This record gives sequence, structure tokens and C-alpha cells, in this order.
Amino acid sequence: MATVLDRLNFAHHHAMDTDERVFVLGEDILDPYGGAFKVMRGLSTKFPKRVLTTPISEATIIGVATGMALRGLRPVAEIMFGDFVTLIADQLVNHASKFRWMYNDQVRVPIVVRTPMGGRRGYGPTHSQSLEKMFLGVPGLKVVAPNVLGDPADLLAAAIADDDPVLFIEHKLLYPRPLLEPGKGDLIDFQIEQTSGAFPAYTLRYADSARLTIACYGYNFELTRQAALELLMEHEIFVEVVLFSQLSPFDLEALFSSLRRTRNLLTVEEGTLSLGWGAELATRAVERLDGLRVRRVAALDLPIANAKSLEDAILPSEQDIVRAALGLVGR
Amino acid sequence: MDDNFALYKTMLLIRRFEERLLSEFSTGKLVGTTHAYIGQEADAAGIFSVTEPEDVVFSSHRCHGHFLAYGGDPYRLAAELMGRATGLVGGRGGSQHIHWHNFYSNGIQGGISPVAAGMALAEKVGTTGRIVLVFIGDGTLGEGTLYESLNIAALWKLPILFVLEDNRYAQTTPVEKGVAGSMSGRFAAFGIPVWERDTTDVLDIQSAANETVRAVRSGAGPASLILHTYRFSAHSKGDDPRSPEELARIRQFDPLTVHGARLTTKECTKAELEVTMLVGEAFARADADAFPLLSFERQTLHAGRSKLDN
Repeated sequence: MATVLDRLNFAHHHAMDTDERVFVLGEDILDPYGGAFKVMRGLSTKFPKRVLTTPISEATIIGVATGMALRGLRPVAEIMFGDFVTLIADQLVNHASKFRWMYNDQVRVPIVVRTPMGGRRGYGPTHSQSLEKMFLGVPGLKVVAPNVLGDPADLLAAAIADDDPVLFIEHKLLYPRPLLEPGKGDLIDFQIEQTSGAFPAYTLRYADSARLTIACYGYNFELTRQAALELLMEHEIFVEVVLFSQLSPFDLEALFSSLRRTRNLLTVEEGTLSLGWGAELATRAVERLDGLRVRRVAALDLPIANAKSLEDAILPSEQDIVRAALGLVGR
Repeated sequence: MDDNFALYKTMLLIRRFEERLLSEFSTGKLVGTTHAYIGQEADAAGIFSVTEPEDVVFSSHRCHGHFLAYGGDPYRLAAELMGRATGLVGGRGGSQHIHWHNFYSNGIQGGISPVAAGMALAEKVGTTGRIVLVFIGDGTLGEGTLYESLNIAALWKLPILFVLEDNRYAQTTPVEKGVAGSMSGRFAAFGIPVWERDTTDVLDIQSAANETVRAVRSGAGPASLILHTYRFSAHSKGDDPRSPEELARIRQFDPLTVHGARLTTKECTKAELEVTMLVGEAFARADADAFPLLSFERQTLHAGRSKLDN
């Protein structure tokens, strides 16, 4: 079965095969290395003129991509570690995401900024974070995250085809994971609904009526599935899972539909708790629907430590999800 | 002589346009802020007399002079400054954030330089023959992304001209307190050739610009043009730490006086009349235009929630 890494790599090859406006740029992306997480493998051999290895200059990588896009190209830029998005914040916020609106819709900036986020690999405080929440709600910027349910190749292809900038968040632990097939494995008992659009949200439901909705994206779908199984087997609690591909702008209709049935919302994310993705989901849900109960599971408001014992204590776990779910439904 | 007249008229247009817009703040027709180009007109007039109409320009917060010398419409610029729907970007950008044809500007120091480098890469890939000009100042020399951009422009031999207008003050900070070492050495360190002039004579600037533009267009890679000049007005409005004596002293370098000496009185009068009419029409026409409306639906939150759902 293809892995997330295989599919992301394929999407690059396919995009460059079919559209000569597509360029890729980033640090250490030439073969045989092919990027720190190997997503760019094979590209520089096949498309030597359209694969640009850069100096260690994250802000300029994104600035260059933005300029290329303004003048008709469709660049995909890799930022080697998601922690470095702080270095590209000015380029994303004050340039790439702003130009279309600021110039009265006379230009488009079709760039994709791909970056691996997330911890659990012992990389310590500056190579383990999930900083995407800093870019949620930035006008003009889409934030998208692949998962093992939708095809990451489709998601990346849609990001490349998008006329506006897309920040594409890849959790490091997803790269080696195989894609799931609906109706098989741990999805066997779930009915799966999918919203229309390029960056769909998925709703996973059991036949029986659920008592809470768990919202998640990216790697936390892995923890959420395990937690859902435990909640069912150990506590006879059915859950619905709403899995998002598009984090921002916030399009939460699938979540609201689920919450109309369950009235209990649990959000799960790996970024720090305060002012996170879950906070926005919870607020919007409460503003929209009466009588909701809400819990959030997220990382502690601490830097991520290097030692495994500390990192595990700081990042959210499957058990945190189970405990929060039980608290939410009054058990 | 035609060329001399045209250069003079371009500089005068910028001067009178900027004077007019500064005066409109007191009438309440302009709000917010602006950064006048008064004193530096010879730079823009000289440079844009030797570029091609399709060349790409990325300018800064102090962009009006560049835009007018580039051939931009004073009326559309006035309308933008006055926040009208007919403005260059429909009132969304204002003074520092404009776009027309291949001209772009943004109000972030340093941040525009990698964007301009990316544009130059696109023009190179597309073999369009166009070059990209990016305007920076002495103040921009404090920004790190500039050096990243110089590095990448040199590595990739991009068709980009870095125009450094050193007006000797970054807002209120004199260059002695803001820039260590050598300006030209910064470019030289990346192997980028430097043309440097300390002058407000538009003909000197035109001549240097011509050499740099030709060098970049030849495909040899980036070049830089350092122009030491004088800003006569405040950085924006009312933030000028300079003494009256200093302001009076630098007026001797007024590019209009320097170049005006090459014209007859009759020609100067002719330019004055034509420019006065252009600027007057631009502001009058813009003043009659409508303000833009927002067509973006505000998401209803608390108000009427119970009707929405449940």
C-alpha cells in the first residue's frame, strides 16, 4: 500500500510532468538526498532546470516563490522543518497572502509552501513543533493538512492548482504511514461521508448514534481512531470523527452537522492549547449551536522537550483523548 | 534638448504631484500617511528614461516618484491616495501599496527584495528580455532578507537591478547611526557589480543607469546602482529631525535647479504650465470619484443565532 510519502512524491512528479510552470525550490532537495524527508526524491534528476536548491534562506525562498508566482509560474517551496515558518511569516503574511486583495484582485499568487510539522521523534524544542495555528485566519492564505484517509496526492495537486497561496502542513509521522481504505482495517465499522471541494472534510460515523464528535486533522486522526476504538470497546461510547483537510479558512459545516446529532465537541491538535485551532472551532460551534459542551485536547503550553519522557508528557496522547471524551460525556 | 525637456518635466511632475498631495492632508481629502519623493526626483527620472516599458518594477513605501516616472497615470494615483474606487488598486492599498501594469510596490522594508528576485527568475525562465528593478534605501540595508536576496540573485545570475537610493536618513536616523561599513562593499561581497554616484544631476544619473540597465539586460546577472541623494521633505509627515540650516543647505542640490539651468526660461514655464494642468486635473477628477464599498459578507455571530440554527 502506498504511503503518504509515496503519494506526496508522486504528486510532485505528476505536477511537473503535466505543467511546465511548476517549479520546486527548497534546501537540500537535489538528488540523491531529495530533501530532508525525501519528498522531493527523483525530481532534480528528471527536471534539473525546474528544481532549485537554495541557500539556507527561508524568507527568501518564499519571497522568490511569490515573485515567480506573480509573474506566471506555479512554485512549490519546501521549508525543511515547520518550526522555521517563523522565518517566513513576513513573506506569507505581508506579501504572498496579501497581494491579491491589496492589488484589488489584479494579481494571483499560486504558491504552495510545504513543511513537515510535529513531534514524537525526539528532535527537541525547535524541530518538533506544530506552529500552523499561527497562520490560521490569515486573510488570503489557505492552510491544508493531509491525512491517511484522503489521498495526499490529490490534496497536494489541488494545492498546486489553487490560484492562492497554500500552506501545506505535513506531520512527520505520517510520511511512512500507508493510506487507509474505507471499509477495511480500523475503518471497517465506520460510514464515511466527505464534503465536496478540493480540500474535503470527512465525517466518520457508526451505525449507532454517537454521544460526542471528535474534530481532528493530520496525524491526530491516528490517535483519534485509537481513542474511538477504546471508547467503544471499553466504555461503549460511540463517537463521530470529523477529520479536516482544510484548517483555514474555517469551513465547519461538516462539524456543525455532526454536532447537531451529538451536542458534544472534543477537539484534538498537537499545537499548544492556548489560542489554538480547537479554540476557534469551539467558539464558532458555540456561536452557531445552542447547548453544546466542549473540551480541547492539545499540547501543554510549553516548549517541546527533547527527552522522550518529557515530550510524551507535553504532547497530547490517545489517553488524553479518552479521558477528555469521558469527561465530556459525564463519565 | 527634447530629452532635457522630458527629463525636467518628469521631475517637475513628481515635485508638483507630491506638493499637492501633502497640501491635501490639511484639506482633509487625504488621510493616513505618505512618503514624499521631493528632492530625489532625478533618480526616478534618470532611471526610467533608459528602461523599457515592459520592464518589471518593485518599489517601496516611497513609490510615487517611481510610479510617475515609470509612466503611471497621475489621476489613478491621486484617486488611490484619496481612497477612491477608481484608484490603482480600488482604494485597498493607498500610498505604499500600488500595482499597475508591471509596477508593484509594498510597504515592507527588505521583504520586497526576494519577491523581486523571484520575478527576475520568472522573466529569465520565460526568456522575455525584461529586467526587474527593485528600489531600496539606506534604511533597507538593516534588513536581513536583502542580503539573502543578493546572494540568491548572484548565485542564479538573475536579471535584476538593485537601486539603492541613499537619502541619508532612515526615517529620522542618520546613515551614520544606521549603516556600518561600506554600501558598495555590501554588493561587491556577493560579486554584484556596483555603479555609484553622489549627484542630483539627472544626466549623470541617466548615464549611470544606462550602463547598469544594459549590464543587467545583457544577461550577466544582477547589478546595483547606488545613488546618494537628498530628501527635502520629512520621512512621512512631521517626523523630520533636521535643522532649518541643514534643510536650507541641501536645497542647493535641488535637481530641478541643477537640470533647469540647461533649459530656457520659456521651456521651464512651458513645463510648469503642462504639469500644473496635469496635476490639477488628476486631483480634481479623482475628487469627483466614488468611494469603494466592501462586498464581503460579515459572518453573523451572536446576532440572530437562534434563527440560524438549532
